[in-house]
Amino acid sequence: MTTRVGVVLFPGSNCEMDVIEAVRSLGGDAEILWHGDATLNGVDAVVVPGGFAHGDYLRPGAIARFSPVMAAVGEFAAGGGPVVGICNGFQVLTEAGLLPGALQKNRGLKFLCAPAALRVESTDSVLTSAATVGQVLRVPVNHFEGNYTCSPETLAELQTEERVVLRYVDNPNGSVDDIAGVCSPARNVVGLMPHPERAISDLLGSADGLPLLRSMLDSAAVRA
Amino acid sequence: MTFSVHVEVRLRPGIADPQGSTIERSLPHLGFEGIEGVRVGKSIRFTIDAADEASARAEVDDLCGRFLTNPVIEDAVVHLEAIEVAPT
Repeated sequence: MTTRVGVVLFPGSNCEMDVIEAVRSLGGDAEILWHGDATLNGVDAVVVPGGFAHGDYLRPGAIARFSPVMAAVGEFAAGGGPVVGICNGFQVLTEAGLLPGALQKNRGLKFLCAPAALRVESTDSVLTSAATVGQVLRVPVNHFEGNYTCSPETLAELQTEERVVLRYVDNPNGSVDDIAGVCSPARNVVGLMPHPERAISDLLGSADGLPLLRSMLDSAAVRA
Repeated sequence: MTFSVHVEVRLRPGIADPQGSTIERSLPHLGFEGIEGVRVGKSIRFTIDAADEASARAEVDDLCGRFLTNPVIEDAVVHLEAIEVAPT
């Protein structure tokens, strides 16, 4: 049975088609999950894609987290289902309390749109299982609010439990401890600011997003 | 009773404020000297109907904690004032 990935669509999301295309290029099936529907249609993994959900009004993710679909995403995550938040999706997952910390405005107040080198720090997560520790991946970032911050206690916890799964080689946005991506305690919810779905072919400048997306599909396939 | 509410959302002490520091750095170029500690926040105003001030405040605090602020980085100062007393 083909692995099915649900891609959450909020008003203002704008990377959903890129994710669908990337999943399909890897042989998976992908479908849109409308934010107003309180169901995941039985998918095997969920991606909360990038964009500006609900216009990013108040704070990125602040309104999106109250969408009916997010309750279903929360239940799916609690049951061990793979959930990946990319860029704005990462912001939504922190606001929803599915991941710790928060994303602030970039240090230097510049909107960043550039390739970034990411070092894989842990392969124990649904987004990094097919990568190798120490591997450096070139994946674009595209954000204004990607400056990861959290309390010192949370940071210590993330470090001790090796839940920082990706770090920037050259920190572009001021994130504490160079954090580019983190995972939940059960390691099935991952959020990252860079866009692996935009690095799926050399024609796009990099195919380094593939090991990450393949990891997600591997985790999803177990449930299919 | 109806209360007029002003919620001031601020970054918590110790949380870096890139907007505040950028504004602060630009001040000398504009000829403003001696200004320090610039912090940028949000100001949110609304009215609320509640039985009394205590219950209005409790509801606004709940609203702030769950929606208007992100407690990881922000806190809120609530100003609340009765603007109308319902006839008894």
